[in-house]
Amino acid sequence: MERRKLLKLTAAAGVGAVVGPQILVRASLPVYAQGSTVKVGILHSLSGTLAISEVSLKDVELMAIEEINKAGGLLGKQIEPVIEDGASDWPNFAEKAKKLIEKDKVATVFGCWTSASRKAVLPVFEKLDHQLWYPVQYEGLECSKNIFYTGAAPNQQIEPAVTWLLKNKGKKMYLLGSDYVFPRTANAIIKSQLKKEGGTLVGEEYTPLGATEYNTIISKIKAAKPDSIFSTLNGDSNVAFYKQLKDAGITAKEIPVMAVSVAEDEMRGIGGKTALGHYAAWNYFQSVDTPANQAFVKKFKAKFGKDRVTDDPIEAAYIAVQLWAMAVKKAKSFDINKVRLAAYGLSLDAPEGRVTMNTNNHIFKTVRIGEILADGQFKVVYATPQPVKPEPWTPLIPTPFKGCDWTKGGNIKASLDSRDSSVALTLP
Amino acid sequence: METVVTQLFNGLSTGSILVLVALGLAITFGLMGVINMAHGELLMVGAYVTYLSQNFFTAYAPQYQGWAFVVALPLAFGVAGLVGFLLEWSVIRFLYGRSLETLLATWGVSLIFQQLFRNLFGANNVDVQSPSWLEGGIALGDGLQFPFRRLFIILLAGLCVGGAYWFLNNTPWGLRIRAVTQNREMSACLGISTRRVDAFTFALGSGLAGIAGCAVSLLGSVGPSSGLNYIVDAFMVVILGGVGKIFGAVAGGVALGEAKTFLEFLTSSSLATALVFSLIILFLQIRPAGIFPQKGRGVDL
Amino acid sequence: MNRVKAYAEWLIFGAVVLVLAVLVPGLLSDFRLGLLGKFLAFAVLALGMDLVWGYTGMLSLGHGVFFGLGAYAMAMHLKLEVGNAGNFGTDLPDFMFWNGVTELPWFWQPFHYFGFTLAMVFVAPGLLAFVLGWLTFRNRIRGVYFSLLTQALAIVFVTLFIGQQGYTGGTNGITDFRTILGFDLSSAATQKGLYEATVVCLALSYLFCRWLTGGAMGKVLAAIRDDEVRVRFAGYDPAAYKVFIFTVSACLAGLAGALFVPQVGIISPTTMGIVPSIEIVIWVAVGGRGTLVGAILGAVLVNAAKSFFSESFPDFWLYLQGSLFLGTVLFLPLGIVGFFQQWFAPKPTEETEQEVEAVREGVKL
Repeated sequence: MERRKLLKLTAAAGVGAVVGPQILVRASLPVYAQGSTVKVGILHSLSGTLAISEVSLKDVELMAIEEINKAGGLLGKQIEPVIEDGASDWPNFAEKAKKLIEKDKVATVFGCWTSASRKAVLPVFEKLDHQLWYPVQYEGLECSKNIFYTGAAPNQQIEPAVTWLLKNKGKKMYLLGSDYVFPRTANAIIKSQLKKEGGTLVGEEYTPLGATEYNTIISKIKAAKPDSIFSTLNGDSNVAFYKQLKDAGITAKEIPVMAVSVAEDEMRGIGGKTALGHYAAWNYFQSVDTPANQAFVKKFKAKFGKDRVTDDPIEAAYIAVQLWAMAVKKAKSFDINKVRLAAYGLSLDAPEGRVTMNTNNHIFKTVRIGEILADGQFKVVYATPQPVKPEPWTPLIPTPFKGCDWTKGGNIKASLDSRDSSVALTLP
Repeated sequence: METVVTQLFNGLSTGSILVLVALGLAITFGLMGVINMAHGELLMVGAYVTYLSQNFFTAYAPQYQGWAFVVALPLAFGVAGLVGFLLEWSVIRFLYGRSLETLLATWGVSLIFQQLFRNLFGANNVDVQSPSWLEGGIALGDGLQFPFRRLFIILLAGLCVGGAYWFLNNTPWGLRIRAVTQNREMSACLGISTRRVDAFTFALGSGLAGIAGCAVSLLGSVGPSSGLNYIVDAFMVVILGGVGKIFGAVAGGVALGEAKTFLEFLTSSSLATALVFSLIILFLQIRPAGIFPQKGRGVDL
Repeated sequence: MNRVKAYAEWLIFGAVVLVLAVLVPGLLSDFRLGLLGKFLAFAVLALGMDLVWGYTGMLSLGHGVFFGLGAYAMAMHLKLEVGNAGNFGTDLPDFMFWNGVTELPWFWQPFHYFGFTLAMVFVAPGLLAFVLGWLTFRNRIRGVYFSLLTQALAIVFVTLFIGQQGYTGGTNGITDFRTILGFDLSSAATQKGLYEATVVCLALSYLFCRWLTGGAMGKVLAAIRDDEVRVRFAGYDPAAYKVFIFTVSACLAGLAGALFVPQVGIISPTTMGIVPSIEIVIWVAVGGRGTLVGAILGAVLVNAAKSFFSESFPDFWLYLQGSLFLGTVLFLPLGIVGFFQQWFAPKPTEETEQEVEAVREGVKL
């Protein structure tokens, strides 16, 4: 009796599934800009463990939007930011991305920090053919038509830093990272580079995110006697690592640490005195001496307070908004694909110097190495003479993929054998 | 040989931090049966007090900067104790005897605290510099180095354990606390105000968390969610050592510290974490009540 | 009288299922429907949690692991189904490829088959729960100790899954699926089908739990919750019952995970961690533990609130969430459903009062 009822119910449910969708006919064309405003999405972790880094990005993106609005907006429309909290939770990022695109019908999205959050939203952006501006350096090996990467590719941060260390500090290198995707991939690149450039790997360690004890690792480092440590530690662990390294009596003179995830913002929690003399590789430092940067730092401090600092991801988020606005103006449209095509080749005098959007959705960037000063700022000790061309597919990791040129409308498979041959951009 | 000594010291150092962090829990959880998930945030209260004290000295008495940390220790004890007292008064006292519900309620408290820290001090970590008299260390021969900070923490852990032990066993308040823990009804009949003893005990445990907060600010990060990094380890120490015994926490902390360090030295950090927790799960199968089980006549724990 | 009540219950049940399955998909936008589908998958998980916590009094803080195992099983199948249609054009899953794994590991091979995957969705979490439960309950580890052990379990699994990046996708987890059984996952029709499947699974899970807790079994479980020692002295073996219910609960969690993955499109180790595991408990607490309807209601309501508040006031979500936990424990110890049951109870007889007291006291250390 009951079972039969249940079967009927299930059958009814099945019928409902087929009929239900037909009842409502929905408008399927996205309308980006109705009325006098155009919506853009901002998707960062405002709560949870990553809020520490991402809140600043949200702040600076809002600042950039405000500037554009003050200057009259875009195509006669004011930009209206829709802010969403990714809450340091990857499925949540995917959900919020979907919400921004389908419900809020935003024109574009600025967001994410970790590779994990980017990988989580990537299928959403590709399926719905939408657009994300991702402002953080990352491990490469990705090239999506629907993502613009304004942070560094490996060849714009990691590789030059390794070469610099080998040349200036010695051949023996110790690799230390948090246990997640970016450090492991970065270290795979570095190991291959060490082989190629005559360096020696004397140790490789990963610690769980949020680890607070480094005394055993430091003992291992002491025993290995490296000339330098390449650190891909992330978040809270950095504070513990630098404090305990100093305790163990290891100074930057003896074993310098090169970090790729420690910027001015992180230095506020570590303290310049603790990490004095160690290094970090970035494209931008607050101390970079360009007129655009002086104006940027001044505006930033005026808006958020004297104690706040700018750093590489903050700058990359800032120029992401500006590049998008430039592309919209050039395309005279908010259409995703028109904006994308218009973005290629655009140049901007950014705080870090001149940047140019390449046809592989990454930008040309100057690479810099900074030495940590007592006040938590960096002294630039090395800079590439010119912006470096972005290579998301580093030749150091053997892949069948070489380049990706989205001006040809091609996917990665189509450009398998044409490594960057079609990237015809020359530096302006 | 050097490696062994270094590793033993590293283990002791890691263990002493665990002991410090778990000591407060051994009192609130072990003696009172309250699972305080906000213990990590009480730790951060202590750490932020250290930060504020440091800023105060930098601004008003830079020549006495070295004293900032010394002042911070009792202050952190007091402030965290006060916060604990308020927490007991507003939430915990309604939940005695319902351990699992204290877990849920204090988890809520911990979330509120994290957001509060974020609003008060910003989402970023803050920079706590240790006093200059704790810089450096004793170097013995080639490669052996005992940092002052770590030695200091071991000393501090020893003092706190000794102090708590002395307090519980040699003072009238300690006697009352032990009496209430052993038999609440009987103690009440004998005229002990169990309400006051509860509040006092909880404040004491929280105050110890504050001191631990000072200690971890020397070695780790101080931020809104830094407390989370310690909470699970601390609970493991208490159940490993055996609930209800101060020395259980010591044994548990040192055992966990040494095990973690040696496994980490032999394998990798991530693997060591997984191994240590698996070992705890297995160990409790053999000795469900920990290293120092509480003796009693009940059929149950 | 009882017959009438039983018929009324069936009627309400049928009506709710019909509304969810037929009416709701027409009313909600694709986006909202997707969200609801996720919440209903969580409701299956909450049912499992309610069995162990609400009915048997064992607070598991590691249920995220069982959810995760079911989810990973499904994710592995979906990832293999992508084949060479992915961004990289290789037969290997993309993350293996960039981690230098050149051959599909042996334990991935059988996940090519949907049948095997479906079995693993239940077997993997069930087996783990059985082994852990058997060890733990045999040794009479209970109360807080059990809770903290399950918490340790969550840490072990999260650390291992993150560490074995080449095989599990590391922190990124497994994502970027294309099809399920040949149907395009990005199409609205497929998502609707998945939603319907979730409704059916939830309805079946509810009926199963109803059957399980309604009979003699349910009485023994409640007795274990209220006084395990007495149950043992009465000649029952509480450990056997506890192992059984813990295993069943883990299987339900695995099913929830398998429903979650194709709808949300990602599973990562964080979802198995301590914080999500505690959140599961909160759903059940808010809805009303010890009542199946409460578990379902709690899962849907809390998640809907989370979605709404973090959309509207992201900065205040933590305050709200924290207050929700506190408020529930302090003022609504029996949850929403428990509250209304008390409210509408004809007149509180001594028996029901005792029952309420028993539930309140049941979670003693």
